[in-house]
Amino acid sequence: MHNTSQSQELVVSEALALEHGLTAEEYGWIYEHLGRTPTWTELGIYSVMWSEHCSYKNSISVLKTLPRDGEVMLVGAGDENAGLVDIGDGLAVAFKIESHNHPSAVEPYQGAATGVGGIHRDIFTMGARPVCALNSLRFGPLTSPRVRYLFDGVVRGIGDYGNSFGVPTVGGEVYFDPAYEGNPLVNAMSVGLVKVGRTSSATAASVGNTIFIVGSATGRDGIHGATFASEELSEESEARRPSVQVGDPFTEKLLLEATLEAIRAGVVAGIQDMGAAGLTCSSCEMSAKAGVGMHLNLDLVPVREPRMSAYEMMLSESQERMLISCAPGREADLGAIFGKWELHAVAIGHVTGSGRVTVEHQGRMVADVEAEHLVLGGGAPVYKREARRPAYLDAVRAAPIPPDVEPGQVAGSLRALLAAPNIASKRWVYEQYDTMVRTGTAQGPGTGDAALVRLKGSRKALAVTTDCNGRYVYLDPRRGGQIAVAEAARNVVCSGARPLAITNCLNFGNPYKPEVFWTFKEAVAGMGEACRALGTPVTGGNVSFYNENPEGAVFPTPTIGMLGLVDDLDAHGTGAAFVATGDLVVLLTPGAWAWCTSVAALGGSEYLATVHGMTAGSAPHLDLREEVAVQAALLRLIRAGLVRSAHDVSDGGMAVCLAEKAIFSGGHLGARVDVSAPATCRLDALLFAEAQSRIIFTTESRAWPAVEAALSGMGVRAQVIGRVWEGAFEIAVAGETVIKEAVPNLQAIYDHAIAKTLGIPSAAD
Amino acid sequence: MNVGVIVFPGSNCDHDAYHVVRHVAGFPARFIWHKETALGDVDLVIVPGGFSYGDYLRAGAVARFSPIMSRVTAFARNGGLVLGICNGFQVLCEAGLLPGALLRNADLRFVCRWVHLRAERTDTPFTGAMKPGQVIRVPVAHGEGNYFASDATLDRLERDGRTVFRYCDEAGAPTRRANPNGSSRNIAGIINREGNVLGMMPHPERCAESVLGGVDGMLVFRSLMAWAAARHLPAQHAAA
Repeated sequence: MHNTSQSQELVVSEALALEHGLTAEEYGWIYEHLGRTPTWTELGIYSVMWSEHCSYKNSISVLKTLPRDGEVMLVGAGDENAGLVDIGDGLAVAFKIESHNHPSAVEPYQGAATGVGGIHRDIFTMGARPVCALNSLRFGPLTSPRVRYLFDGVVRGIGDYGNSFGVPTVGGEVYFDPAYEGNPLVNAMSVGLVKVGRTSSATAASVGNTIFIVGSATGRDGIHGATFASEELSEESEARRPSVQVGDPFTEKLLLEATLEAIRAGVVAGIQDMGAAGLTCSSCEMSAKAGVGMHLNLDLVPVREPRMSAYEMMLSESQERMLISCAPGREADLGAIFGKWELHAVAIGHVTGSGRVTVEHQGRMVADVEAEHLVLGGGAPVYKREARRPAYLDAVRAAPIPPDVEPGQVAGSLRALLAAPNIASKRWVYEQYDTMVRTGTAQGPGTGDAALVRLKGSRKALAVTTDCNGRYVYLDPRRGGQIAVAEAARNVVCSGARPLAITNCLNFGNPYKPEVFWTFKEAVAGMGEACRALGTPVTGGNVSFYNENPEGAVFPTPTIGMLGLVDDLDAHGTGAAFVATGDLVVLLTPGAWAWCTSVAALGGSEYLATVHGMTAGSAPHLDLREEVAVQAALLRLIRAGLVRSAHDVSDGGMAVCLAEKAIFSGGHLGARVDVSAPATCRLDALLFAEAQSRIIFTTESRAWPAVEAALSGMGVRAQVIGRVWEGAFEIAVAGETVIKEAVPNLQAIYDHAIAKTLGIPSAAD
Repeated sequence: MNVGVIVFPGSNCDHDAYHVVRHVAGFPARFIWHKETALGDVDLVIVPGGFSYGDYLRAGAVARFSPIMSRVTAFARNGGLVLGICNGFQVLCEAGLLPGALLRNADLRFVCRWVHLRAERTDTPFTGAMKPGQVIRVPVAHGEGNYFASDATLDRLERDGRTVFRYCDEAGAPTRRANPNGSSRNIAGIINREGNVLGMMPHPERCAESVLGGVDGMLVFRSLMAWAAARHLPAQHAAA
């Protein structure tokens, strides 16, 4: 790491620019625009602003194809730090998901912790108070000691930061696959609440305003984090450990309270958090947004270490800092508010009319750059990368599917699936998170398809979930992208909510590889199609490229964070668990759905992966019109008070869906299910295939006529397949029993599989 | 009954406690900032959960030096009611208002889950609405909840009937399996000798409304309401 003081400023050359991750062509544009050789500090500023992480230069042309408008949108994608959605009653929700993959790969604890801190700052910098968090995690197989170290560190990092910060972690997902070995994915989501009209904006606002840096002092941590995020991991990545920031949730908690108090008091004209590229990104983006300039004097910046250079101060990613453009005449009030919370609030500059960010340090002008030339939508480069369909697609689709499971092996396959880390309970993970602080969590992790967070003083609740099956996207990027959105919406609907909007975190490999870029384009196209069909606009998110290790790219993983709204929590809030003995078990499918789909139905299934060790076939069946019909039908039933529990058929297929409904009941309730499929059907496809748009719900038996009446003409099919009882978990196919297991036994397998794999005695043992 | 909820930098269950006291139980309530030097007119002080000062040193170790804590101590010594929840329990131990200490959980991991507690004393202001030996279901959420004291202290606590809550199974047996953090003798909450200062690791304020999955925590607040009513303290808040 460069820690040269100002007097030893490096001489800028094209070679140094290349070292900073810029291309020769980009360096040429910078030289041309400045009309001179950039200073070392300016080169640093350009390199981070034009990194993929800040500029989206390789992705923006594709992202623009996503639907970004809708009647619920108050602030659109890219306009502010996060999207803003109207939920009625004068309230709005700000929410966003973001990756912290590369930091977590080399320093899992701090990498994950600062990912959580960063995404919360994106929310409260808008004036919204975070009310819940989710996270979507992907690792290699738990059999690898390195993976176990990463998994443990990431979970501790998320827990320690979020628990102390005081925002509940209410949901998320954890997947394991060899494709993520060496390059784990750590995506963190925050959801905040704000009164409409009380939000703040990431703008420098007006010429003459004083610029304050608030929060923590600036240190040497995290320098070039944004650039680090924009290159592939390699053997040398370990040396990037100093690029990982260090989190301080206590300071973040103080910063949250002080920031919200300052915004409420009207002393904030504009504000942006300092995440990637710290002072550089916040000053340039706030200036460009207002069409103004900014002068900064770095000698005034509170620092943790002596002799920091201008380059280091501009690029530091020290956490828990904000840049504020102060409302004129309110400087003393701003100081008093942050002083109460024992935080720095130091005037370091002012807004100018020049359109340029000028930086002085130790009496010298070290940077003088045009804000607009640096930012996305301004002078930052935009590339259309070459896309080429990858050859692996033909190979995986041609792979022969093994013969059908024997009836005697069905129960064993179910047990194996319940013990598979992708399906098994994530209790070991989420019990390390405070899932209940703020007393809003009406449905936390573990027993429902989406988390439900009540809104105090209202009948409403937020429904939130994250979803993506990377294996599907790998096998068919377009349909996989559609399914990620469709499943997220289905989960929200199963919990009793209307889907409103999504945020997304697009985790892909190196975009300069045409095959990788093709998967990116296809997946985004699929997401867009599903968002349009379901009426859920994209409110923003984040792109994370270069998720590769020496073996190749990770599964293309466009993680979807979905927001839904429950209008009446008491009446509509719905869990997944069986509720009462005697209830009917009903399979809801598209009208055209048939039991006997072809053997191709097994494609991409957890069954193939767990039982046969195969990632093969194509993504499972999805037709967006069918999906829309099924979701509308379930929501109608829930609102009519006809649904006792609902759970969508996803990983592990119908058998796992049913088993989970029994397990979630606390092991008290089982079911007797008889699937009256023709004898020619493959058993494994029937029970374990993952065709989309299917939901299993339960209803009181006397409500059945009302269910049938409500669904008439909706283009869906509802079949009673069984009954809840206090006995065992039984599935028969055409009258022949293939599964008969005591529910507590299934529960024991499901609950303890992950702790067992880790070799940790489960707390409940 | 007027309730004051202490707010340290890093408290994060302060609003949860305030919400239950004010909007569910219906007491007049206010926040008391840690730098205040007087408690004002209060009958019950709640030291809430959270991570006071980040708990980077040892949970509660810094908070006890806050200006307000000397007032809380004086208030308690005068017989005022003090309820410490989670981090608040840790602070009360650090401040010497309760014996013992809360160590890191035995498995060194934070734990958040529902547990069962056995109410062993029902003649306190905090537990009067419970039946002797009643098993209640309440969440825990802590990294340092492993109650520790010398054997002599533990013997004395038990002899004097000051172990108000013990972790137990559904049937009320204080088994090892039911103990989420390795606490000595499954102790989840204790009271001082005078019976006016209660510290407990589990969170009654998180289970006082059915929408949150349980209402047993309301028994603590209902006990306090009955205690206040018997003493003709101002009962319902006008806006409740």
